[in-house]
Amino acid sequence: MVIDTREHWRWPEVHWVNKELDWRAGGAITAGVDVGSISSKTAVMVDGKLYAYAILRTGASSPDSAVRATKKALEGTGLEIEKIHLTIGTGYGRINVPFAQKTLTEIACHARGANFVWGPTVRTVLDMGGQDCKAIQCDERGKVTSFLMNDKCAAGTGRGVEAFADLVKVPIEKIGEESFSIKEEPKPISNTCVIFAKSEALGLLRKGWDRNVVIASYLSAMAHRVYTLLERVGIAKDFVISGGIAKNPGVVRRLTTLTGIEPLAPNPQYDPQIVGAIGGALFAHAMLQKQKGAK
Amino acid sequence: MKAHYGYKDGSGEYFIVIDTDRCVQCSDGACVPACPLGLLERIQDDYDDTVCAVKEASRNKVKYACAPCKPVGAAAAPPCVAACARAGIRHTW
Amino acid sequence: MLSCGIDVGARTVKVVVLENGRIRGRAIRVAGLQVEDDVAAALKEAAAGEVRTIVATGSGREAVKEARQRPTGITCAARGIHFLLPEARMVIDVGAEEGRAIQCEGGRALNFAVNEKCAAGAGTFIETMSRTLEIAVDGFGPLALQSTKLVPMNAQCAVFAESEVVSLIHEKTPKQDIARAVCDAMAGRIGSMCRRLAITPPVALVGGVAKNTAFVRALENDLKTDLTIPPDAEYVSAIGAALIAAEEH
Repeated sequence: MVIDTREHWRWPEVHWVNKELDWRAGGAITAGVDVGSISSKTAVMVDGKLYAYAILRTGASSPDSAVRATKKALEGTGLEIEKIHLTIGTGYGRINVPFAQKTLTEIACHARGANFVWGPTVRTVLDMGGQDCKAIQCDERGKVTSFLMNDKCAAGTGRGVEAFADLVKVPIEKIGEESFSIKEEPKPISNTCVIFAKSEALGLLRKGWDRNVVIASYLSAMAHRVYTLLERVGIAKDFVISGGIAKNPGVVRRLTTLTGIEPLAPNPQYDPQIVGAIGGALFAHAMLQKQKGAK
Repeated sequence: MKAHYGYKDGSGEYFIVIDTDRCVQCSDGACVPACPLGLLERIQDDYDDTVCAVKEASRNKVKYACAPCKPVGAAAAPPCVAACARAGIRHTW
Repeated sequence: MLSCGIDVGARTVKVVVLENGRIRGRAIRVAGLQVEDDVAAALKEAAAGEVRTIVATGSGREAVKEARQRPTGITCAARGIHFLLPEARMVIDVGAEEGRAIQCEGGRALNFAVNEKCAAGAGTFIETMSRTLEIAVDGFGPLALQSTKLVPMNAQCAVFAESEVVSLIHEKTPKQDIARAVCDAMAGRIGSMCRRLAITPPVALVGGVAKNTAFVRALENDLKTDLTIPPDAEYVSAIGAALIAAEEH
């Protein structure tokens, strides 16, 4: 018997340092620490330029995770947490960043970060994480003009896809591709609720439906759901997608059909998970400038 | 800013929408005491504006929490909506 | 002359056969893939003779081809509760996939509120949690009644609540306390739904969840009123449908 001991949920930790910058030569050093339910991220900036970042799995303690992610970001640079002039905490665990002087919501940080990563033409940001879904509209400065966040219901989150992947026994990273191995696009699953959608899907499988058609039907329902959320806040060009769902073409391509707007490609320079932390570091930089101006 | 507090689930969309551009002009925050369950609060938002918001702990239960203010067949606006002189708050359901 | 009411629910098919205003037969079957077969089997089990008129209700009522009428579950529950408990002025019906509260009088529905299409507001929520806790659904209520400690349940979604229950188990929270938290959370949601109507006693509770004693107690506390669970509580809508069938003669 072969026992599959692979852990599909384990993703590599990320650490990146900008070799072209020297923090010793710069003036303002700021950080954004984004403590999410799954991952903790720190972005460090020198004079408003991205200097280093790290992404780690969130542990049992949020303060510990915030410190670990920040130490990881600073690893090998000679820079220490104490030397950061201003730190902003964001994300689900934002109040648990021990060295942060201020906290901001992940909504504001995401919009600001997307403006930096993709440029000032970004108007709509969709972030679909493991346990939530955020739809944001922002202006050319990255200021939020409309937003919603859904973390009440698992439908339309990574957890919803996970639960479904488990039912059809397809690894989560393959489910998007599989959903296109079909002859004709089926109607979306009629239930939104993950629990009810699973029993609906099970019924279809028992009726003899092809597995990939059922997957397509489920992901199509997800795309419709996300579309209605985007519609509520308003959707305009340029449109960007961050979070785990960005890696699922089964949802992204169907969503593109519905919106008629092609999302901008991920910026290869930055990991899409770091957007919120970058936003935090940018807010910190702006605050520092304001304080200096006031003195 | 249009802040949508609430959620969408299988049964429908339940958002309390607060238009903070109107809210910021308000000095008293009349909607806050109008809510019999105390779901609303005055906060300083991410852009340092003083505005009203739905308390974080209540955001995921608005459908249920607001139910007594939305009796079946009622045509009148719920108390929070009625209290806002600037029409800065509305419910989507 | 036999008249028959069939309630095709999400989880079960219920059949009631009436003769001269009395229940002659009844049957309950788990709804499988071919609902038509389950309806036929239940009908065979319940009826001892030729059925004159059939009326179907419930979410799967379209599956009953021979039905003369297909009234809503609201209409049938109001009718059925009048037969079982004529003094009832409100009936709360919590089934597998739907919860509803109906204000009624003389067998007619005056007003109603519904929770549907979200597992958090229906019997499926408790069923899912019982699976996570590895407790039989029948044992869930009695176990929860042994609880001595209140533990908070924050998740408002059955999928997220599963994870919350798993972490409570890992923290070594006694199962009875978790079971109680599940019943309390569910009762809170059903109670809020009921408050969209005026709570008018006597209030009857029907549907599969009425068998869960801890849920019943939690809902009584939430609504601050006693609940009456009539005998044959799960057949209420089928009885209502059968009464409507009898009128067709």
